Amino acid sequence: MGAQIRVYRQKISSTTSMRKIFKAMELIATSRIGKARARVAASLPYANAITRAVSAVASQSEIDHPLTTEPEQIRRAAVLVITSDRGLAGSYSASVLKQAEGLNELLHAEGKEVKTYLVGRKGQAYYEFRNREYARVWTGGTDAPEFATAREVGEALLTDFATAYEEGGVDEIHVVYTRFKSMVTQEPTVIRLLPLEVVEEQAASESDLLPLYEFEPETEQVLDALLPRYIESRIFAAMLQAAASELAARQRAMKSAGDNATDLIKKYTRLRNTARQAEITQELSEIVAGADALAS
Amino acid sequence: MAELEVEIVAADRFIWSGAATMVKARTSDGEIGILPGHSPLLAILAEGELAIQPASGDRIAVVVDGGFFSVDNNRVVIVADNAQLGDAATAGIR
Repeated sequence: MGAQIRVYRQKISSTTSMRKIFKAMELIATSRIGKARARVAASLPYANAITRAVSAVASQSEIDHPLTTEPEQIRRAAVLVITSDRGLAGSYSASVLKQAEGLNELLHAEGKEVKTYLVGRKGQAYYEFRNREYARVWTGGTDAPEFATAREVGEALLTDFATAYEEGGVDEIHVVYTRFKSMVTQEPTVIRLLPLEVVEEQAASESDLLPLYEFEPETEQVLDALLPRYIESRIFAAMLQAAASELAARQRAMKSAGDNATDLIKKYTRLRNTARQAEITQELSEIVAGADALAS
Repeated sequence: MAELEVEIVAADRFIWSGAATMVKARTSDGEIGILPGHSPLLAILAEGELAIQPASGDRIAVVVDGGFFSVDNNRVVIVADNAQLGDAATAGIR
C-alpha cells in the first residue's frame, strides 16, 4: 500500500514539472506569434511590388527567358520542404513531411527524379533516420527566419535550376510549406516556383491596366535582375508563413498538453487520496482486530 | 504642379512613403532623375544613394544595395534588397 502512494506522488510531481514546461512554451509561442504575423504583414509590400513588376515585364514583352519557359522534358524536380527546428508543435512538421511525401510520389509517378532540399532540423532528422538522400539542409531560426537565409536558399535553387540535367541540375522547383490561414487553421501547401507561371490577369478597370514600361537598361537585364528577387521573396514569404504556422501549432499543442497535464494531476491526486485512505482504514481495522483478539 | 507618390520598401519591411517633387536614382547605366509626368519605367537600381525631394521638408537620402524601381502614373515604387535612411532623413520617417 505504501508503495502505491509513493508511485502516485512521483507521477504527480513529474506531471507538475512537465506542466510548467508546457505552460512556459505556450506563453513563449503566444508572445512570438504576434511578431511573426507582423513580419508576414511587413513583407507584403515588397512581395506585391515585385509581383506587379514581374507581371508587368512578363505580360508585355515577348520574353524568352530560361526562368519562364517550360523545359520540353522535366526529368528532375527539386522539392524544398520547410519544417521546424524544434518539436513540441503537435503535428506541424509531420503534416508538412506527409505533404512532401505525397508530392514525391506524384513526381515519381510522372517519371521524374526528386532532389530534396530541407529547411529545419525536424526534416533533416526525418530524412536521416530513413537513410534517404537530400541535397542540402538549412537549420536554425525557423521560428524567426532571416532574409539572408531565404536568399541563400534561393541562390542554391537557382544555381541548380541553371545547371543542365546531365550535371545534376533540376528542371522545376516545388516548395512545400505550411500556409498560415488563421490562428486555428494552418494548411500544408505545395507551390511550384519554377518555371514561372505568369498569370495574365484580366484587368478589372482602366487603372488596373499595366502601363507600357520602358526598361532600363534592357528588358533582358531587367528580367535577369527581377526574377531571382521574385524567387527569393516567394521563398522568404513561405518561410515567414511557416514560422507563424509553427508558432501557432506549438501554442495549440502546448495548450492541450498543459490541459491534459492538469487533468492527469487531478486524477492522480484522487487516486493517491484513495490509496492513503485505504491504508488508514486497513491500519485501523488491524488495530481493532488486534484489540479484539487481546480482549477476548 | 503634380507630385510624385513615392514608396520605398525593403525585403522585410516598409521604409518610407510620401509625396515628392523629385527622385534621383542611380541605375546600372548612370544616374536618372524622375520628375512628375515621367513616362512609365522599370529600372534596375545600382548600389548607392537615392535622393528624394519631398513635397515639403528637407531632401531625403536613402542608401540602397541594389534592387529596382518602377514609375507609372506619377507613382514611384522603389524596391530595395536592403535600404537605410540617411541621417538627414530621420525627420521624414512617419
